[in-house]
Amino acid sequence: MKFKHEIFEKNSLILTLGILVVVSIGGLVEIAPLFYLSSTIEKVDGMRPYTPLELTGRNVYIREGCYLCHSQMIRPLRDEAERYGHYSLAAESMYDHPFQWGSKRTGPDLARVGGKYSDAWHLAHLTHPQAVVPESVMPPYKFLLDNILDGRTIEADLKANKMVGVPYTEAQIAAAKSDLATQVDEYADDYDGFIARYPGANVRDFDGDPEHLTEMDALIAYLQMLGTLVDFSTYEADAEENLR
Amino acid sequence: MNDSAARKGIGLDVLTLGVFLSVLALVSLFLTAKTEDPLMKVHAVILLGAFTLGIAALFMRAASGLNFDQTRYEEGLIKAGIVATVFWGLVGFLVGVIIASQLAFPNIMYNPDFGWMNFGRLRPVHTSAVIFAFGGNALMVTSFYVVQRTCHARLAGGVWAWFVFWGYQLFIVLAATGYVSGITQSKEYAEPEWYIDIWLTIVWVAYLLVFLGTLWKRKIKHIYVANWFYLAFIVTVAMLHIINNLSVPISLTEHKSYSLFSGVQDAMTQWWYGHNAVGFFLTAGFLGMMYYFVPKRAERPVYSYRLSIVHFWSLIFIYIWAGPHHLHYTALPMWAQTLGMTFSIALWMPSWGGMINGLMTLSGAWDKLRTDPVMRMLVVSVAFYGMSTFEGPVMSIRAVNSLSHYTDWTIGHVHSGALGWVAYVSFGAMYCLVPWVWKRKRLYSNDLVEWHFWISTIGIVFYITSMWVSGIMQGLMWRAYNSFGFLEYSFVETVEAMHPYYIIRATGGLLFLIGAMIMAYNLWRTARGDVRKGESVPDIAPLPSAIPAVS
Repeated sequence: MKFKHEIFEKNSLILTLGILVVVSIGGLVEIAPLFYLSSTIEKVDGMRPYTPLELTGRNVYIREGCYLCHSQMIRPLRDEAERYGHYSLAAESMYDHPFQWGSKRTGPDLARVGGKYSDAWHLAHLTHPQAVVPESVMPPYKFLLDNILDGRTIEADLKANKMVGVPYTEAQIAAAKSDLATQVDEYADDYDGFIARYPGANVRDFDGDPEHLTEMDALIAYLQMLGTLVDFSTYEADAEENLR
Repeated sequence: MNDSAARKGIGLDVLTLGVFLSVLALVSLFLTAKTEDPLMKVHAVILLGAFTLGIAALFMRAASGLNFDQTRYEEGLIKAGIVATVFWGLVGFLVGVIIASQLAFPNIMYNPDFGWMNFGRLRPVHTSAVIFAFGGNALMVTSFYVVQRTCHARLAGGVWAWFVFWGYQLFIVLAATGYVSGITQSKEYAEPEWYIDIWLTIVWVAYLLVFLGTLWKRKIKHIYVANWFYLAFIVTVAMLHIINNLSVPISLTEHKSYSLFSGVQDAMTQWWYGHNAVGFFLTAGFLGMMYYFVPKRAERPVYSYRLSIVHFWSLIFIYIWAGPHHLHYTALPMWAQTLGMTFSIALWMPSWGGMINGLMTLSGAWDKLRTDPVMRMLVVSVAFYGMSTFEGPVMSIRAVNSLSHYTDWTIGHVHSGALGWVAYVSFGAMYCLVPWVWKRKRLYSNDLVEWHFWISTIGIVFYITSMWVSGIMQGLMWRAYNSFGFLEYSFVETVEAMHPYYIIRATGGLLFLIGAMIMAYNLWRTARGDVRKGESVPDIAPLPSAIPAVS
């Protein structure tokens, strides 16, 4: 039987079905294997879920559209490695719902900005970028200092993250609200408990205003941990299982 | 939905829509009362107001006893769609000029005390306004026009077609007010949060049913090629939208949600969506527009029917694969990057198949380029389509992409497609449609179309050339080494170098906006029935609203 295109032109449902089949194939082949191929994400030491304060800071980062000008994805190119540090691993964004790789560098990449500048620099820069970088085209975020965190939804935030696969423990969820405040106070009662829940997390007042827990605290806490989790002393980039 | 069955009393369409809107009004009332989230509360109130207005409008319609006349085409909706297209176009271009100016002159609109006018919040307003509000309305209105005329049938669904129109405007308002107040899920071109996504899904399914319903009513045996493209656009966008927006809200009364996928998988899903927002929203749909308006305006048949079949199936098959070229050299596995690159290069062929089919339709009518500025706009749009679908495959090559990625070259590429192709073919369609549906013999002024054409074209040239230079320059500066083997430039030196090009870009955008304002004026005067003095514009053959009795 000779195939005729007429069948699509005369039957709207066959045409619709044909379209659906044809447009499904590419996505199935490219996306589906990423969920089960074990080589997609490297095995690394050091990755942990975000602390409640870091997660809050990340949500501020998302809300303000920072990703529109700052990437978080260092490519394995010589100049990028020298400018920003070790190229980004898939493992480093495995708890990122959604990812923040970005697509444009109007400002520099931030994948490893953690620890590069002091809290005071970040505060000055976010308050008035041109004060520390005169040529910058970045808008100011001074208002973050006025936004006090009450942790109204933080427990629900962690629970939703757990539902989509971030390994938050019951203890982490239960302490979410108090952990927000603990992370900005080295002398908090629950300091040891917090560090046990989030090994290696920075604990200090981030925004220079110890009286208030603000969105500025959260954003700086997030920026200061970016790219610092993976232990590169135990990561072998050239090992067979890490070549993708 | 058979509105002709109910000549008197309340039609089934009015009844079903009334019940549906009432349920939605109750849900939004509940949401308004229940939510502790101040941002969601605003949206709940907007929803409640919109649904209440909808119900009131339905009541007025039912009380008037009017019914849709099945012997005539639906043209009121087309008029509304044209107004919406032009309005959102102006809004989108204006916000574009504003954010381009913010990059050129960061000290304007510099507000340390609140965030809603910052670049990061306005940029999604610009992209959504031009892609979804301007482009989406242009697609909806032309698809509704084309499907009726090529099927010899009135739009199906009765008042549901109006639901699609107003529901879509509501989506735009929710999305835009969300962005400025800080409601975003940060997926580019899919920023609206979960409940806005659900709303768009509802509207979109209704859109699909109205479109299919009209196809089912057709009196012409064959479905015309433009409708294949419109159908592929509607079906595929539904698939992309639903899968890319899968997320878990933190509560049903909170706006915030977390994407179901993370990291690599999320990135791949997003750019599968993102590139096919280009492929199906900004290409397939607008090719549908091209396949109707170019032959219609040129009064010539489509160049090759066989080419349209080949190019249709190959275009929609190959486009879906192109997403990974947004993720070259990232943590996405190499095999996926290579697949994405390969198919992106292959995509050149069906794209140019479409371009050739569009351009060659002018065979025997090339003189119209001189005499008809609307025809020229349509043809130039196809030429820009050809140019940007050549540039795209080049940029998808991994080695080229290592330079172009993260720079303004990408922005320039997008705008040669968006301004040159998408906007121009829409402008051409609007110039055709306004005299047709308002039953005018001619446009108010052809001279103003000339002004629009040349001012915007100069604007596009300013835009894309400045972005080529700034993008390639910045890419080269990032990777430049000095003779000692150190990086030559600090990052901020490359930012400083962008300054003149950002000024040129903003100027180009401003020219484009001015062109569109001239168009809006011209269309408004045309709709009023005015004719500019001293211009001899050839009359347009009248297009009756009555559906031909014999097809």
